[in-house]
Amino acid sequence: MDSVLAPFQYDFMQRAFVVALFVGALCSAMGTYVVLRRLSFIGDGLAHASFAGIAIAYLRGANFYAGAAAATIITSLLIGFVHRRGRVSLDTAIGVLFTGAFALGVFLMSRSPRATVDLQSFLFGSILGVSPFDVAMVVGLGLFVALVVGALWRPLLYTSFDPIVAEAAGIRAGFVDYALLVILALTIIVALQAVGIVLVAALLVTPAAAAAQLTKRFVPMMLLSCLFGVFSTVGGLYASYELHASSGATIVLLATLLFFVTLAISAARRPRRAL
Amino acid sequence: MTTTAAPAQNQTYAVEVHDLHVRYDRVEALQGVDFALPRGTALGIVGPNGSGKSTLLKTVAGLVQPSQGTVRVQGRPPRELPAGTIGYVPQIEDVDWQFPVTVRDVVGMGRYPRLAPFRPFSAHDRRAVARALDALDLGSLADRHISELSGGQQQRTFVARAIAQEPLLLLLDEPTTGVDATTEDALLRLVRGLVADGLPVLMTTHDLDRANEWFDRLIVVDRKILADGVPDDVLQSGAYAAIREHTHVHGHHRADQHTH
Repeated sequence: MDSVLAPFQYDFMQRAFVVALFVGALCSAMGTYVVLRRLSFIGDGLAHASFAGIAIAYLRGANFYAGAAAATIITSLLIGFVHRRGRVSLDTAIGVLFTGAFALGVFLMSRSPRATVDLQSFLFGSILGVSPFDVAMVVGLGLFVALVVGALWRPLLYTSFDPIVAEAAGIRAGFVDYALLVILALTIIVALQAVGIVLVAALLVTPAAAAAQLTKRFVPMMLLSCLFGVFSTVGGLYASYELHASSGATIVLLATLLFFVTLAISAARRPRRAL
Repeated sequence: MTTTAAPAQNQTYAVEVHDLHVRYDRVEALQGVDFALPRGTALGIVGPNGSGKSTLLKTVAGLVQPSQGTVRVQGRPPRELPAGTIGYVPQIEDVDWQFPVTVRDVVGMGRYPRLAPFRPFSAHDRRAVARALDALDLGSLADRHISELSGGQQQRTFVARAIAQEPLLLLLDEPTTGVDATTEDALLRLVRGLVADGLPVLMTTHDLDRANEWFDRLIVVDRKILADGVPDDVLQSGAYAAIREHTHVHGHHRADQHTH
């Protein structure tokens, strides 16, 4: 029993597990919207875009969260604006803006003489290095995003399914789209701490994609997605400790494994379905 | 039509469209459409493919902005109406049929516009959904996933959602195209019942054989209104037949590309 609980004897591991729990639940819940609205690319895009803000914050000695939040929110609003006003498809708008913002971050960093070890951790995750302040940020932002999703629950579902009829009925589909992009951006900032820029997209997509294999109802899909997300982050963190491996990579590999298990279950069921 | 638009008189019309022009890029889909629809009236809109019928409905729904002219629903621009006022059933539902919702979930969405955040469904909301399911004979299909429905059942689901909304104006874009006779009869009875209760209905159709059963008034549209009156008079005037002939001979190439 002692050896099972061994990782929990360290403060930094306790903090890491709290962050893993919140990030897993939050990302995979938001992932339900990402998968149903076919926004997989946006998770990757916004995570990369945050790098511009992280770089500026780092070089000016400003707060990491403020920099990442500003860059991600500005980019998500610009993506929405370019898409709505510029006759540019959403994936193209994301592609243009996220590469631009990421390049801006790299450009600024490359001109700085301050070589960076810290910034590596933003690219590849630093869940073992989170401070008590980081834990508070993750929990606080997580609760805020949950509140917004709760308040916009029905408009989000209606506009995800049938935005045109929802709009005719008086639901402000444009506002709901912007609100979703902003809370998605906040979710990504939270997730950056845990698994890093490169692996955020996986947590926003894979658990929800796995859940979609097993259910045809929205609420069960979101709950299953959360379950898979938390299992991946907490289980992955634990496994990475035992295997002496990268925590971010282990988390994503576990999520990927879960996806293929659900795919196999779904494929095995299919011949018996009425479809 | 008199030009003295007294405020009190405005209230008597559910929909007022004045000098409506709508432009998509270089194509002017509507070129000066005028009509007014009183409450408790079913107005049919007929015209060839690409004549602007669907555009007219979308503009009344507030989904398309006029390039010129005005649209008033209950005396106000459509975008400024209280949520839940307009029930709209598009011609082709371009939804993801794998989306994780059942028939009951979709019909329940009709209640969403009127519900405050965090507020659970009231007894009235549940009754409205149950009545809409009943009215379209969907009771036994309520817990089916939407991918497991026939075309007619899908169409009835979307009409039921609009009915569950308890709208003050119902817009139906070719609801009878491609559905079975049973569904068509059910829709006809439903629409006539709602109109008898005072609901204004605006509906496009290709089916002229039963126009006098469906509608109190019929307009023929080909970017402009070519005829307007009770269905039998309009059909006997030959305005629609002339358009059909015109379409057949010359074709509406740009317009046809729009619809396919």
